Amino acid sequence: MSLTNYLVLATILFTIGATTVLLRRNGIIVFMGVELMLNATNLALITFSRMHGNLQGQVFAFFVMVVAAAEVVIGLAIIVSIFRTRRSASVDDVNLLRN
Amino acid sequence: MTLASALHANLTEAGTTSSGEAVLFWVLAPLMVLAALGLMLSRRTVHVAVAIAGVMVGLAVFYVAQEAYFLGFVQVVVYTGAIMMLFIFVLMLVGVDASDSLVETLSGQRWIGALAGIGIGVVLISVVVRASFPTAVGLGAANADSNPVGVSRLVFGNFVLAFEATGALLVTAALGALILTHRRRLGRKIGQRELADARVARGGRLTPLAAPGVYARHNAMDVPALDPYGEPIEESVSRVLRIRGQEAAAAAYALETEEPGSTDRPSLEGGEDE
Repeated sequence: MSLTNYLVLATILFTIGATTVLLRRNGIIVFMGVELMLNATNLALITFSRMHGNLQGQVFAFFVMVVAAAEVVIGLAIIVSIFRTRRSASVDDVNLLRN
Repeated sequence: MTLASALHANLTEAGTTSSGEAVLFWVLAPLMVLAALGLMLSRRTVHVAVAIAGVMVGLAVFYVAQEAYFLGFVQVVVYTGAIMMLFIFVLMLVGVDASDSLVETLSGQRWIGALAGIGIGVVLISVVVRASFPTAVGLGAANADSNPVGVSRLVFGNFVLAFEATGALLVTAALGALILTHRRRLGRKIGQRELADARVARGGRLTPLAAPGVYARHNAMDVPALDPYGEPIEESVSRVLRIRGQEAAAAAYALETEEPGSTDRPSLEGGEDE
């Protein structure tokens, strides 16, 4: 089996995550789609690292994980504060600036 | 025996994986794609969270299979351990029953979104499949001093500035989360003294409710306790059990010393006999 299979799996997962972000309206699920996209890129980075025989790809994936952790903390705090004021986690209900 | 030799992770001369790794891939990859589709299609948010946790565990297995042992364990600890727990925590806070609305606020968004998703998929997969990659080398040489040592040489060597920056980022994120979720107290703080005063002023029952009955043959939550007259006390059984109709009859378990109600009741009102 060639290593390209891992890359194809990573692109499939990335596509599913991106489509989730486009289609779903619950803020938490949209956010999980973003997480899935980040995970898929990590798989691609690790596969590239193995393909080229040096560890820089793994270091990049490590930094992606750290940034994802910080991003999750902030994103979930935003969702909680939106839920407190609007009583809803749907991204469609945040339309205070409309009209 | 090292972890790499146990997993047969080393690549062949032609840059292909061992057949064991191929089997692992073909078993795990369809499961992961199914779980990821669950993220897109499932109605209930909790099911989505479980599906995503499954995808992340599968990715951790692939990282270990691809000679990234350190990141495989970090994936389990950080993603499935910390991030998914945080997601589920917020899910419980925001309300599990808050299901997705099916009303389209932007007309045609679903079709445009699905089309865009298929477009991204087709473009990316065709690029990956048509690209010509160099012959895969494998990480045998790079992992010579074990994988965590190799990664840490890079993180604390070439990438030490980025590493310091991520430290600053994490501190900023923690402070930002504190500020975003901080709520200023609008009223006066209500302590134990105020609660007790309010309870007395409201009247009603001041003492705790009676505990459910304990009998020689049955001491579960569903049997009401008996009052001094031998009558069951309704509120000693949990309200939920009462509403469900799962309350058991106390008479079935009480010791049959006397028929309740047949004896003369000692009067607590007093003044009748005198």
